[in-house]
Amino acid sequence: MIAELGLAALWLAAALAALQMIAGFLALRAGNASELAALIRPAAIVQGVLVTFSFAMLVWLFAITDLSVKLVASNSHSLKPLVFKLSGTWGNHEGSMLLWVMVMGLAGALIALVERRLPERTMNATLAAQGVVSLGFYAFLLLSSNPFERLPVPAAEGMGLNPLLQDIGLAFHPPTLYLGYVGLSVAFSFAVGALLTRQVTPDFARAMRPWVLAAWIMLTIGITAGSYWAYYELGWGGWWFWDPVENASLMPWLAATALLHSASVLASRDALRTWTIMLGVVAFSMSMVGTFLVRSGILTSVHAFAVDPERGTFILVLLGIFIGGALLLFALRANTISEGERFALASREGALVFNNVMLSAILAIVLLGTLYPLLTEAFDVRVSVGPPYFNPVGAIFAIPMFAVMAVGPLLRWREDRIDRIGKEVALTAALVVAALVLTSLLTEIGLLPLLGLAFGIGLAVASWLPLRGRNLARTPLATWGMVVAHFGIAVALIGMASESAFTKERLAAIEQGDTATVGPWTVVLEGVEPVAGPNWTAVQARLSARYGDGEARELTPQSRNFWAPPQQTTESALATRWNGQLYAVVGDRSPDGRWQLRLWWKPFVTLIWYGGLLIALGGLLALIGRVLTDLRHRRLAARIAERRADREALA
Amino acid sequence: MKPKHQRLVLVVLALVALIGAGLLAAYALRNQASYFYLPEQMLENPPEPGQAVRLGGMVEEGSLQTAADGVTLTFAVTGNDGARVPVRFSGIAPDLFVEGSGVVAEGRLGPGGTFIADNLLAKHDENYVPRELQEMEQHRAAEMAEETTVGLE
Repeated sequence: MIAELGLAALWLAAALAALQMIAGFLALRAGNASELAALIRPAAIVQGVLVTFSFAMLVWLFAITDLSVKLVASNSHSLKPLVFKLSGTWGNHEGSMLLWVMVMGLAGALIALVERRLPERTMNATLAAQGVVSLGFYAFLLLSSNPFERLPVPAAEGMGLNPLLQDIGLAFHPPTLYLGYVGLSVAFSFAVGALLTRQVTPDFARAMRPWVLAAWIMLTIGITAGSYWAYYELGWGGWWFWDPVENASLMPWLAATALLHSASVLASRDALRTWTIMLGVVAFSMSMVGTFLVRSGILTSVHAFAVDPERGTFILVLLGIFIGGALLLFALRANTISEGERFALASREGALVFNNVMLSAILAIVLLGTLYPLLTEAFDVRVSVGPPYFNPVGAIFAIPMFAVMAVGPLLRWREDRIDRIGKEVALTAALVVAALVLTSLLTEIGLLPLLGLAFGIGLAVASWLPLRGRNLARTPLATWGMVVAHFGIAVALIGMASESAFTKERLAAIEQGDTATVGPWTVVLEGVEPVAGPNWTAVQARLSARYGDGEARELTPQSRNFWAPPQQTTESALATRWNGQLYAVVGDRSPDGRWQLRLWWKPFVTLIWYGGLLIALGGLLALIGRVLTDLRHRRLAARIAERRADREALA
Repeated sequence: MKPKHQRLVLVVLALVALIGAGLLAAYALRNQASYFYLPEQMLENPPEPGQAVRLGGMVEEGSLQTAADGVTLTFAVTGNDGARVPVRFSGIAPDLFVEGSGVVAEGRLGPGGTFIADNLLAKHDENYVPRELQEMEQHRAAEMAEETTVGLE
């Protein structure tokens, strides 16, 4: 009964999306007077409620492990801990797509409820575009991946969830990334709406900005969490593999970062109109490309839940319709959008445009690198593209971007002279050069980590300079947000450079009671014993690790055997200090009875994720600042309207 | 600068940067992509020593040995028509890496004709098989079917 309720709610939501789309386009043709226009906002709101209800039903089915539902039977297991039963709801293709449409429905409902700044006509067009996008995903879900499908005969026991996914990380990683992807769909709808009504105004940018910011924060958190999760769960000691699936989340992030900055220019200076629209379309295209890569089964990875060519084709068609349609509309309308305000090259806009172009170039590089193996496969040549391509080629554009990022926020809008901020530029440049010289004299490290360290240090200081000479108590929250986010980039950059330059690795086979050293750590293998969890057994090594002459810490890396489905995983053990992490993995027993141990000492590796969190925090501060300002403006506008009404009444 | 000009200049600059990025990417991809080799291809047309490539095949029965340090493995990867490439790997091998199973080794060809692997990809479980491996196994199954049906017509 529960499954049928969920399915019915989903169909109803799809019907409402269709209504929203049709009413929106009819209202757009007929003008505001149309009665249909009154239906659009309620349709969006009820749709959000229905799809949330549908998702709640699926969570319920997983919670009670209803094995007559195919999805539950093939992805859950009655013995799984409850938290993983719940998070398992979206640990599979159908459930994750339902999560996607739920977030999309909620976002649509929220704009319908609160967005009053834009002209009603633009709003109708925006909600109509949102209806088109939602309808596509409802069709995908209902026609090719119905999550509520029943089995003819209930299964005796579920097949279980991939052990790699049985981790608390799963509870957060996909939802945050989806919130990000879907937030970009809202930006896309706004861009399409603005194009349809030719209303590319600062108001449009202000309405779109919170959505882009929210999406960007979620993507940042999702990528950071995903990276840390892969780092400790996969046991390979790396934090970023340039895996196509990781790229699939990085590309929308790059586009959203560019969009965020160009929307700021549009909002405050009324420049970069077409560029902002273009980025709005590109950002969502990248989320769709990501979904296609991950969900089509074109790639083999933990993320490719279902290898099903039909679904891949479906997403590809959706991608073609949405993106092709939006680009066509863009091509038809772009030249009717008049040019915005002008600015000099040496101005804040100039710096932002430069970095926008650099971000787009990096995006192009990542996209080409990700698609290249698919392309060559068509010619029966097998290649894989990894760090030797992405790192240096990306750096060619990233380094100038960091340099401009350090000074850009110091420039004035519209027109400025570089010599006005000469002191700050000199300070930053001196720091970078000093760091370059000192590091290359003191240690022997590669060019890229060296540059990364130097620019990281310069940027870490330069990011605070915009606050100089300001009254800190009266500095807007959005400015604080920018400073914190830029500082976060610097912190993450230092972490990445330090990890790749100073990591020490040690691979050894040792007997019980023997010692291995890595960097400043001394590790003793105290013992190896079997342990058992709720749905796994493991071989666990007991290590006692000592940093220099410090206290001994106990580490317990495991090699786990899951039985439903049968699979082995490597559980790493970490010892975190302020200046880095010790990473330990236990391997097989060699024929003569010794145990394989793999140890890494990674100085300052944690800065990578602290940096990521700082970036997200900066975004959050900016979002709060923008929303508060907006609320204040609304109250003010309401009060002015009230006064005017009073005055008219008196007169 | 006239208004029309500024927009044009911006568009041209952005296009130049993007096309530059594209060309750079195309150039770098040709050099930096790591190609996939079967053992017979590696013997016939070996890659430059030191260039990152991948080698895929079956681990030869009886060839797997652990060196005295306990962490270095040596084995041979075989392909069709008796081609055989020796491989050396230092590290923790994947769990399902055994003799007779399929493997994809990432690394480079050493000077002596030994393939030095940095990483081994083996089957994780029934559902997650490296792509090349999966196709290799299907290929092999098809061949076996062909062999067993030879002469039945």
